[in-house]
Amino acid sequence: MSSTIAVVGASLAGLSAARALRDQSYDGRIVVIGDEVHAPYDRPPLSKDFLAGTASLEDIALGAPDDEDLGLEWRLQTTAVGLDHLSRSVQLDDGSEVRADGVVLATGARARRLPGSEGLGGVHVLRSLDDAIALREDLAAAGRLVVVGAGFIGAEVAATARKLGLEVTVVETQPIPLAGPLGADMGAVCAGLHGDHGTRLLTGTGVARLVGTGRVEAVELTDGTRLPADVVVVGIGATPNIEWLAHSGVALGNGVLTDARGATNIPGVVAVGDCAAAWSAAAERHVRIEHWTNALEQPATAVATLLGAGGPAPTPVPYFWSDQYGARIQFAGSRREGDVARVVEGSCADRSFLVVYERDERPVAVLGMNQPRLFTRWRRQLRAAVPTAS
Amino acid sequence: MIPVCPTTALPPGEATRVEADEPIAVFNVDGEFYAIDDTCTHQDASLADGWLDGCAVECPLHASCFDLRTGKVSGPPAKTPVRTHRVVVQDGMVYVQPGTTADGVA
Repeated sequence: MSSTIAVVGASLAGLSAARALRDQSYDGRIVVIGDEVHAPYDRPPLSKDFLAGTASLEDIALGAPDDEDLGLEWRLQTTAVGLDHLSRSVQLDDGSEVRADGVVLATGARARRLPGSEGLGGVHVLRSLDDAIALREDLAAAGRLVVVGAGFIGAEVAATARKLGLEVTVVETQPIPLAGPLGADMGAVCAGLHGDHGTRLLTGTGVARLVGTGRVEAVELTDGTRLPADVVVVGIGATPNIEWLAHSGVALGNGVLTDARGATNIPGVVAVGDCAAAWSAAAERHVRIEHWTNALEQPATAVATLLGAGGPAPTPVPYFWSDQYGARIQFAGSRREGDVARVVEGSCADRSFLVVYERDERPVAVLGMNQPRLFTRWRRQLRAAVPTAS
Repeated sequence: MIPVCPTTALPPGEATRVEADEPIAVFNVDGEFYAIDDTCTHQDASLADGWLDGCAVECPLHASCFDLRTGKVSGPPAKTPVRTHRVVVQDGMVYVQPGTTADGVA
């Protein structure tokens, strides 16, 4: 009897896992389960070109012409509701189940919502294609947008809305946006793009409540300020989709806990992408990475683990990018508090620079704004410098 | 034909972008010149800013790889190939012929 591998999750991590299975010569049955109605699509454009209306659904499809040859069995618009670790069967919301010899958990994460915003029209999060379509329609008829959260999603939505001609205010509880990933100095530089392009940025203030009946009319801040709003976008982070595994025996923390090669505590079950918190030897803890590149690259290792192939644990150099107001921001590496940021090219004032973060005089991370060529060189250098675990 | 630059201005391992109807990236791989569409077919990024590794260029944004000789995708996430363009070196100058592929097909 031929074997079956169930891939639970049909976005970038799930599709990459399915492709990696075939790449690694797995010739059994592959069932890909996805809760959305759509075939796999690329999420980064949802806050940028797709939201602006300059990229179509076809443009952001992840499927390639060659994917027909993968012979995947799709179960879209179907939600996994449980996993029996003894029989390794995935229970689905239509009452059926998929019995599998191996399971790849790739259920991703969902956008966090503002408490009390349920059922109020004009309030959006942005994670899925349907979210983006709904937001795009709402923005087309709106004049004033308030974005809650000045992280990358919030900043990109603000930039796109400015391009569409809206009046935009961004509200951030932290005193300096992006200080977590970039450090205070560089967070402030990147957040400066808002002011450059006529977006109002209010920091160090939280949202007290959303005002409106049926449809949002304003955002009231903790300092009493009332910001009139036709549309509100909430970009305050994401939560891993792991609740369905609560009774599965799979060890959970801030995500599905795995070793550095993607293995969970249950034999034959691996986890990848935004739902997975993989052990990091460098950080000495489980780290859940929500970046696109991680969802693309991590499945190859996890699939090798699932198929019983050995090999050293990878030591990835995390990488992410953000496009805002025509500026391209790229970051690679792992920054900690106390690392020293040094401008090695260009200038922050010109919004074109390359910054290297150093720890004990060694480069550990790099940030570029509008410096793609130089950034690529540094990113390569970081990758080459990372010691591989033996 | 569009003049690109003197051969001496484009040493091995370097690339340059040429403005045309669709911008073109020209590469020098150990003395051989190659030209492909500059814009990555995945998302808007300039391949002339990419990383050159043998006869492949890696997109600076998402690391899609393209074979400079054929324009074919040699690494995801790109799905569709880039076009190649014929390069002519004459009297120490590099020229590209947009619309004619590297192997001479118009």
